Amino acid sequence: MANDILVLADHLGGQLSDTTLELVGKARELAGATGGQVMVALLGAPDLAGRIAGADTVLSVDHPALVDYTPEAWEKALLAIVTERQPRLVLIANTTIGMDLGGGLSAAWGAPLVAYIVGLQADGGGIVATAQVYGGKLLAEVAITGDRGVCTVVAGSFPAAAGGGSPTVETVSPPAGLDDLKTSFLTMVEPEGGDVDITAAELLVSVGRGIGSQDNLEEVQELADALGAPLSASRPVTDAGWLPKTRQVGKSGLKVKPKVYLTFGISGAPEHLEGMRDAELIIACNTDAAAPIFDVAHYGTTIDLFDLVPALTDKAG
Amino acid sequence: MRIVVPVKQTPDLVEELDLNDDATDVDREFLKFVLSEWDDQALEEALLVKEASGGEVIVVGFGDPDVELSLSTALAKGADRAVNLTGLGEGWIDSHTRAAVLAQWLSGQEVDLVLAGVQAVDDLDGQLPPLLAATLDWPHVGVVIGVEGKDNTIQVSQEFGGGKASRLEVKLPAVVGVQAARQPPRYASITRIRQVQQAGGIEEVTVTKPDADAGITVRRLFEPEKTGHAEMLTGSPEDVADRILDLIRSKGLLK
Repeated sequence: MANDILVLADHLGGQLSDTTLELVGKARELAGATGGQVMVALLGAPDLAGRIAGADTVLSVDHPALVDYTPEAWEKALLAIVTERQPRLVLIANTTIGMDLGGGLSAAWGAPLVAYIVGLQADGGGIVATAQVYGGKLLAEVAITGDRGVCTVVAGSFPAAAGGGSPTVETVSPPAGLDDLKTSFLTMVEPEGGDVDITAAELLVSVGRGIGSQDNLEEVQELADALGAPLSASRPVTDAGWLPKTRQVGKSGLKVKPKVYLTFGISGAPEHLEGMRDAELIIACNTDAAAPIFDVAHYGTTIDLFDLVPALTDKAG
Repeated sequence: MRIVVPVKQTPDLVEELDLNDDATDVDREFLKFVLSEWDDQALEEALLVKEASGGEVIVVGFGDPDVELSLSTALAKGADRAVNLTGLGEGWIDSHTRAAVLAQWLSGQEVDLVLAGVQAVDDLDGQLPPLLAATLDWPHVGVVIGVEGKDNTIQVSQEFGGGKASRLEVKLPAVVGVQAARQPPRYASITRIRQVQQAGGIEEVTVTKPDADAGITVRRLFEPEKTGHAEMLTGSPEDVADRILDLIRSKGLLK
């Protein structure tokens, strides 16, 4: 119905993401304001239905093409559900899956979309979202006009649903289009083993774009060795191939929670902060005093890393 | 294979982002605009695909500030054609509008593949690639870190968190949102870019802004409320190094 809030269950490899339950929690609050119910679309994983506490109804669609995620199959199944149920809002996590499906659903269902949402509330009859723009340097307060909308939401923006109750599980027939697809799943490539596990380290020395070049990495490596810590990195460093992907911290890398996280030349884009903000003690070195990393760090300095790193290595050795 | 790479200019985030008078947009007058970093990745991946399996790369701009420089740079790097779609005005151009305009232009071309940046720092109403794909009714894959052309299909690697990636095969024509190219974007020398600029190879096409908008209203932009700020350590590098080592020791590390 036009007052319902629909959440897409975000899952991969049999694991339901934490964000799904955060979205269900927010959907419960919004449904209280709109007078609708909380529905969850669960695609290709009927076994996960029992884990979705806090929803009123789980709409489970199962089909061989939905088991291993492809954007095309999932978008068709999700579009069929929203076309039939016409919810007020669709909430999708801003993961790989969400980045695929949000835009497609917006265009195919003819609904406005707000991306990178960190805040969401009912405002009179309308919906108002707060979203990150310009690399998290600014927030935008956005009103969704009309009677429907799609929201892609950043992980960790809302507390998880309180749980309790058991949702009604409704099995929904898959749409016909799933038997004739242009996209096929071949295989899932797991990360290469053998490298250090940065999620297990108590101390991480982490480098970002500010180190400038691969040659400069050596100096920071010496410091890391002196401290007995592995090197980790933000996305630009692994994209450039200066460190392996197994060292990448962030939304698209690994989430770490060391006792101490010491950064050099990391500005603190939302992508990175999502992976390290729960570290016990964050110490950041960046020459830009306005860098967002200083808003999450406990201690910071704007001394040039090329002056600070040798001093640290000397004293730690 | 004929590949289109749409490119957009976004504010250089190194600079201070001032707001306009009613705080609904950044103040564009004094901002420096640069090529969106993901579009640079998409261009690189397109050039790699062309080098591996032949074809043609066409970069398409939307009349954004200083886009001519990005288009010329793309030509200098090895793109075959550059087209600038103008007439969309001076303010923020949302992704829905860009998708509609590009879909319209593509309908008059023979194109196999669109490689676009998976996101941009100002795509508040959603990422361009899936919007474009749904408009064209082409298949789409986003967050891609590698594309290989194979006759009338492509194989792509789609990245998930924690280093996982799935391999997908997609029938062409298709739209792909590129997260990162297989290698860092190449550079073009200033001399080469100047040569290209003098040759004047950018095709300009005037387009009409579509009626449909994104359906969202930006009420205001504002700086995030600081929930906290780091205690800043000052002094000589040696002093600060001592403080940092003390802090690390306070957590029971580095006995």
